[in-house]
Amino acid sequence: MLEHDVLVIGAGLAGMRAAIAARAEGASVAIISKVHPVRSHSNAAQGGINAALTDRGDDWEDHAYDTVKGSDFLGDQDAIEIMCASAGQALIDMEHFGVTFNRDDEGKLGTRAFGGQRRARTFFVGDFTGQALLHVMFEQLIKSGVRRYEEWFVTALIEEDGRVCGVTALEIRTGQIYAIRAKTVIFCTGGLGRLFEPSTNALIVTGDGMALAYNAGAQLMDMEMVQYHPTTLAGSGVLISEAARGEGAYLLDKDGQRFMEKYAPNMMELASRDVVSRAEQTEINAGNGVNGCVYLDCRHLGEALIMEKLSQIREIGIDLAGTDMITDPIPIRPGMHYQMGGIKTNVDGLTNLPGVYAAGECACVSVHGGNRLGANSLLDTIVFGQRSGVHAAQACRGEEYIEFNVDETVRKEQRRIQEVIDRPQNGDKVGSVRLGMGDSMNRNLAVYRNDAGMRETIHDLKGLQEKYTKVPVDNKNKVFNTDLVFALELGFMLDCAETIAASALERKDSRGAQSRTDYPNRDDENWMKHIVASKGEEGPAISFSPVSVTKWTPEERKY
Amino acid sequence: MDVTFKIKRYDPEVENPESYWQDYTVTLDDSATILDGLIKIREEVDGTLSLRCSCRSSICGSCAMRINGHAGLACKTQIHLATDDNNVITIEPAGVMPVIKDLVVDFDIFWSKIMAVDPYLKPEGPEPEAEYIASNEAMLHLSEVTACIMCGSCVSECTVMEVDPTFLGPAALAKAYRFTADPRDGDDKGLSRDRLEALNGASGMWDCTRCGECVQACPKGVAPMDRIMALREQAINAGFDNTFGARHAEAFADSVEHSGQLDELRLVPNTVGMTNLPVLLNMAPEALRALTHGKLPPIIHKKIENADRVKKLFRRVEDPDRK
Repeated sequence: MLEHDVLVIGAGLAGMRAAIAARAEGASVAIISKVHPVRSHSNAAQGGINAALTDRGDDWEDHAYDTVKGSDFLGDQDAIEIMCASAGQALIDMEHFGVTFNRDDEGKLGTRAFGGQRRARTFFVGDFTGQALLHVMFEQLIKSGVRRYEEWFVTALIEEDGRVCGVTALEIRTGQIYAIRAKTVIFCTGGLGRLFEPSTNALIVTGDGMALAYNAGAQLMDMEMVQYHPTTLAGSGVLISEAARGEGAYLLDKDGQRFMEKYAPNMMELASRDVVSRAEQTEINAGNGVNGCVYLDCRHLGEALIMEKLSQIREIGIDLAGTDMITDPIPIRPGMHYQMGGIKTNVDGLTNLPGVYAAGECACVSVHGGNRLGANSLLDTIVFGQRSGVHAAQACRGEEYIEFNVDETVRKEQRRIQEVIDRPQNGDKVGSVRLGMGDSMNRNLAVYRNDAGMRETIHDLKGLQEKYTKVPVDNKNKVFNTDLVFALELGFMLDCAETIAASALERKDSRGAQSRTDYPNRDDENWMKHIVASKGEEGPAISFSPVSVTKWTPEERKY
Repeated sequence: MDVTFKIKRYDPEVENPESYWQDYTVTLDDSATILDGLIKIREEVDGTLSLRCSCRSSICGSCAMRINGHAGLACKTQIHLATDDNNVITIEPAGVMPVIKDLVVDFDIFWSKIMAVDPYLKPEGPEPEAEYIASNEAMLHLSEVTACIMCGSCVSECTVMEVDPTFLGPAALAKAYRFTADPRDGDDKGLSRDRLEALNGASGMWDCTRCGECVQACPKGVAPMDRIMALREQAINAGFDNTFGARHAEAFADSVEHSGQLDELRLVPNTVGMTNLPVLLNMAPEALRALTHGKLPPIIHKKIENADRVKKLFRRVEDPDRK
C-alpha cells in the first residue's frame, strides 16, 4: 500500500518547499507531479523575488503597503504582513541552499527595481530567477529524502465519510492506476493559464488542483482576478520579463512616444501590472499600436547590461520573433499570465476541507488580491509552501490513516478512465474544445470586461462542457498516453473557467485586474470583499468573504 | 507554409516492437517553431503521437529531441530554419537514453548520473546569519552553468556515454562543476576536495574525449565540455595529479614544451608509469599491431625546428606578466 502522512500534489516551488518543510517536521512525505519536478512552471518566473532586507535600510512594512496597494485593497492584510515579514529569511534560506543570486559591488545580494514598488527590493538571478530557484529547491528535495512520484497524474481525490484520505493517480509511463493513502494533502498544482489562448503559461498549467479541490467541496476565492502581463511576445504570447522595465526599458506606441506618461506619470513603465496592461490595451484599442501590439524598447540599456541581466529574454526574442532587443524594439501586448485567485486557505494553508491544504498559485490566501506585484509570486510559493508543509505535518501527529477499500477504489477509477478512452471517435477533439474555451475567455475575460461579453462566455462554456463529455481519445494504449491526460485536463480547465466567469460577472466594480466598462469605478462600499465560488447543483454557487484590514485603509490608487 | 515532419515512432505495446518512420504534413505560419508543428500534429492529426513538452520558451527542458540528426529543443527552433529543400524536417527521439514511446525517452540514466555527484551545496563551515559574501563575477560565472535546464541534449549526443554507460557524462559533470566552482561549497576557501577526489576516479572527469558534441548540442550555452576541462584543472591544482588522466595531460604538455611536438612513444609509459608493468604489458599487443601495420611512432623523437620558441610560448602562458 502506498501511504504517506503528507502527500504534496505538484512539484513546483511551492510543492517542493512544502514537502521539504513537512519532512523536516518528521512526517513521512511524498510528492506527486505529472511532470518531473524541474519541468514545473515555476521555471518561467524570470525577473526575481521580492524581500525587504532590513540590513540595507528596507522595511517589510513598506513592502506590505506596496503589496496592499498593488492588490487594489483586495489583498488580505494579515496574510500580506506574514508574507512580507517572512520574506527576508525565506530569501536568505534560498541563498544558503545555493541559489546563485546576482551580487552588488560588496558581494552582497544585488537588487533591481520592479513594478508597483517604491524601492528596488527584487533579488534575482539574471532573468531566469524561477529556474534557478526551482533547480536548487529540487537539489534540496533530493537531499531531504522525500518520496517522489514523477510523471504521475492525479485523477481524483478519495473521500471517506466526507474527509479526503488520499488520491487516485495514473502512472503515465505504465498507464496503471494506483490509490495513494494520505493523512493530509497539500495542493501545489499551480495556475490555470491554458484556459486562455494565448497565455504566457506552459502547456501543463491546466488548473488541475483547483478543479479537484473545488469538486471535493473546497472554496475558490478571487477567481475573477486574472492577471494580464504587460509584456508578452507578439505571436506565441511567451513572457518577456518585467525585469526589462525594471532595468529601464521603455514602452512606446507606434509613433515612438512613451505613452505611460498619460497613465502613471510618476512610476511610468513601472506602475503595477494591471495599470500598465490597461494603458497598453487602451492605446492599442485607440489605434496607437501596430498589429495589435506596442513596443518594448531596450536599446538604450546597452549590450553589456542586456547580456548580463536580460540574456534569456533576448534569446527568446531572437528565437521566436526574429528580433534582437539590443538593436530593435520588440512588439509586445498584454497577455494572460497569472491567476490571483484559487483555493481559499487561511495563513497556514488550510482550506475549508479538513486535512486539505493549498499553497502557491493554486491557492488564494489572499496575498495578491486584485493584482499581484511582479516578483511576489516566487515569494508567495516559498513562504506559504513552507507554512503549509509545517502545518500539514503537525496535523498528522497522532492521527491514524482513514481506511477505505483500496481495490474497489482503484477498480472504480479504472472503469471511469476506461470509459473516457472508449468514447466514440466522432466528437470534437480536445484541442478544438480547448481552443474554443481559450478564445472565449480571452475575448471576454481579458483586460476589459462587460456584462454581455461575460454572459456570452458563460453560454460558450455550457456548450463546451457538453462537447467535453464526448471528446474522443485517439490513443487507446497504456504507455505514455498523453492523449488521455489532455482529455482529463480539459475537464479540470472547464470547471475552473466556469468559476472565473461566474465570479467576474458577480463583481460589479472595477478593481485590480477586473476592469468592467459597465462598472468603471472601484466601489469600496459594496465590493471591497472577496467573491467565493463553491460547487453548486447547477454551476458555481457564489458567496462573499470579508477582506482583512490591519493598518492600511483604502485610498485612491495612483502611480 | 506546408511542412512535412518525418518522425521516428515507437510503440512498445505491439508484438516485437520496432521503431518506424511516419510522415505528417501540416500547414504552419512561417514563424512557427518545430514544437508548434508537433503540437498541431498531436492535436489535429494524430493523438497517438507522444512527446514531452511544456513551456514553449526553452526553460523547462522537456522537448529535447533529435532534429535533423542533432539534439536540441523543439521549441527553440523556427521551422524555416530547419526545413530542407523539400520542406521536410526529420525528428527522432534523443539518443543514449532508451525510448519509452515515440519521442519520449527514459531519463533514468540521466538522473542517476546527476544523483551520483551529490547535487546540492555542501558548505563545510558554519552558515552566516545573512547571505554568503561572494563576488558578482563568481556568481555570474556559476549562473552560466546553473542555466542548465537538464534537457538531456548533451547526454543524447555524448559519444562516450553511447559506448560506456558508466561515464558520468556532460550534464552531471557540469552540475558537479557548478559546486566545485562555488565559493560557498567545500572548505572556507571554497575548495571542494571531496568532490574533486570522487570525480577524479574511474568514469569521471578524465573519461571525456573532448569531442565537443555536448557544447554544440546545449541549447543554453552551458558548454559542458569546457566545465569538464575546468574540473581537471581544479583537480590537478588541488593536488590530485596522480591519475592516468592528469599524468597524460602533463606528459603531453611536457613533450610539446621540450621538443615542440608530441613524443607518442613516451606518452604511454609516462602516463601509466615506467614501472607499471602489468598495464604496459597489457598494451603490448596493441603496440605490436601498430608496428606490423607501420603505425608505430618513430623510435627516435626529434625536436622541431625552433623548438625553443615553443618553450617561450609555454612560459608566456604560465607566467603572463613576464616579458
